[in-house]
Amino acid sequence: MRRQHPLIVAASCLTLLFLYLPLLGVAIFSVNDARRGLVWKGFTLKWYLKLFENDWILQAAWNTLLLAVVSTIVATLLGTILAIAMDRFPWRPRTSGVLDVILHIPVVIPDIILAAALVVAFGLLRMVSSIFEPGLLNMIIGHITFQIAFVALVVRSRLVAIGSEVEEAARDLFATNWYILRKVMLPLLMPGIIAGAMLAFTLSLDDFVISFFTAGPDSQTLPLFIFAAVRRGVTPQIHALSTLIMLVTVILVVATERFTRKHEAA
Amino acid sequence: MKTKLADSILTWYGELTTRGQLIRRGRLLLIPGMLWLMLFLVLPGLVLVAVSCITRGAYGQLEWTFTLENYKRLAGFSLFGWTPDYLMILWRSVVVAFVTTGVSVLLSYPLCFFIAGRPERSRYMWLTLVIIPFWTNMVIRAYAWFLILSPEMPFARIAAIFGFIPDGAPLYPNAFAVYLGMVSMFLPFVTLPLYASVERLDWSLVEAAQDLYASRVRVFTQAILPQTMPGLSVGIILTFIPAMGMFVVPDLLGGAKYMLVGNLIQQQFGPSRDWPFGAAISMGLMVLTMIGLQIYRRKGKEIEYV
Repeated sequence: MRRQHPLIVAASCLTLLFLYLPLLGVAIFSVNDARRGLVWKGFTLKWYLKLFENDWILQAAWNTLLLAVVSTIVATLLGTILAIAMDRFPWRPRTSGVLDVILHIPVVIPDIILAAALVVAFGLLRMVSSIFEPGLLNMIIGHITFQIAFVALVVRSRLVAIGSEVEEAARDLFATNWYILRKVMLPLLMPGIIAGAMLAFTLSLDDFVISFFTAGPDSQTLPLFIFAAVRRGVTPQIHALSTLIMLVTVILVVATERFTRKHEAA
Repeated sequence: MKTKLADSILTWYGELTTRGQLIRRGRLLLIPGMLWLMLFLVLPGLVLVAVSCITRGAYGQLEWTFTLENYKRLAGFSLFGWTPDYLMILWRSVVVAFVTTGVSVLLSYPLCFFIAGRPERSRYMWLTLVIIPFWTNMVIRAYAWFLILSPEMPFARIAAIFGFIPDGAPLYPNAFAVYLGMVSMFLPFVTLPLYASVERLDWSLVEAAQDLYASRVRVFTQAILPQTMPGLSVGIILTFIPAMGMFVVPDLLGGAKYMLVGNLIQQQFGPSRDWPFGAAISMGLMVLTMIGLQIYRRKGKEIEYV
């Protein structure tokens, strides 16, 4: 281990404090018994209990989960197929160049531009069909659009990493395409697909901008609910809700870490 | 992984086939994903460009008459002469993104060296500490600052004692609050890729520089900076571009006085219902993004030659 300058240690601790201080503040106030103001009045869990009686919040939680699950499933399927198609066929350099650029658009542009484009496109599509009214379906479509790119990029890097030797060996042994897909490719790709799906799922839970632009009156998600609550004037329930979401984040991060580390070791 | 291309006949994993056949098979697989991206990414993008060049009707509806009025308005020309208000907001967004990126880089270097210097087992723990805020919802983190800077909290009280703000006032909305929020929002975006480079740092080069009596500054610029450039440049691009389009933080902590381009776009699509102007501002942001990417790519090339 390298000896470290005390300044580096001090600066790092301050930086971490800077990241966590606000979050700790929220967590502390979620168990504070004061209705108004921020004075400490004793420990309580009543804000958490109230949370589960609040139909708005429960509905928003349900929407958030539904949105994340449905969009992740579709995006993982489409993204994985896309990654295989892009990596395992003899495309001309120009074709793969164009495909590459399209795939990178959602990763490099600010999400507010994608959101604006979707608002305008859905606005025009509404003239054709009423299913494009702002709401859950539009949000799902929006989420899938940016998730596909991330899933495809993760899965493709895994495809590159495993190489094509095993598949070639299987073909030399007269395996059919279908057999190779089921018995060779998918098992080898699975860690990449799961990692991509986890990324897509967290991106969906984390998204605010795309949802904010495409949501309808009945399709609030938790981030939208919190944003609206801050502007209306906050209740302690929001502290409890935020703390719960932070806890879920911690669990997701630790689970993902465990998963990827296990597979790196294997 | 590129499959080797013979001109007409190819061996695809041991199976003899023609290039045309493979391309046809590949297209079938490309269709679902690419169709989706065409329908909901490329096409909406083109529609956005088109809408930025048309007019808004009296009730916020779109009228398909071609005009450059929206761009003129963005550039500051109105009935009453030239005012650079919108250009100021664009410029401010660039400055905020630039400063946010700069401060994040300054804070990330010590943090990365600190983590890389921990014993192997505890490094994951420290790294996880950086990843958790990275994945915590942006609205929650922005709200957390909103809470910390509110009048009842010690920071606002201390500031009031020193006379920076009136008694009982919160520490927002102002530029300072926006910067606090922005840096805490984007810091992990720099730290995580930078750490990947720092962990692989070749310390013998650093020691060689020190043995040759290089000053601390030169050790950093000549031995450390070039080695960490790959991670650093990823971090910079991951921060700078989304920071320009950010709108949660300036909305909660900046107020109307410290508006950024993200808020301006949201305003046009929300309360103002002026989609063509909103589309034109989005195009403005798009141009800034492209300039940023271009500078980054050019720098990236220079670095490869070094």
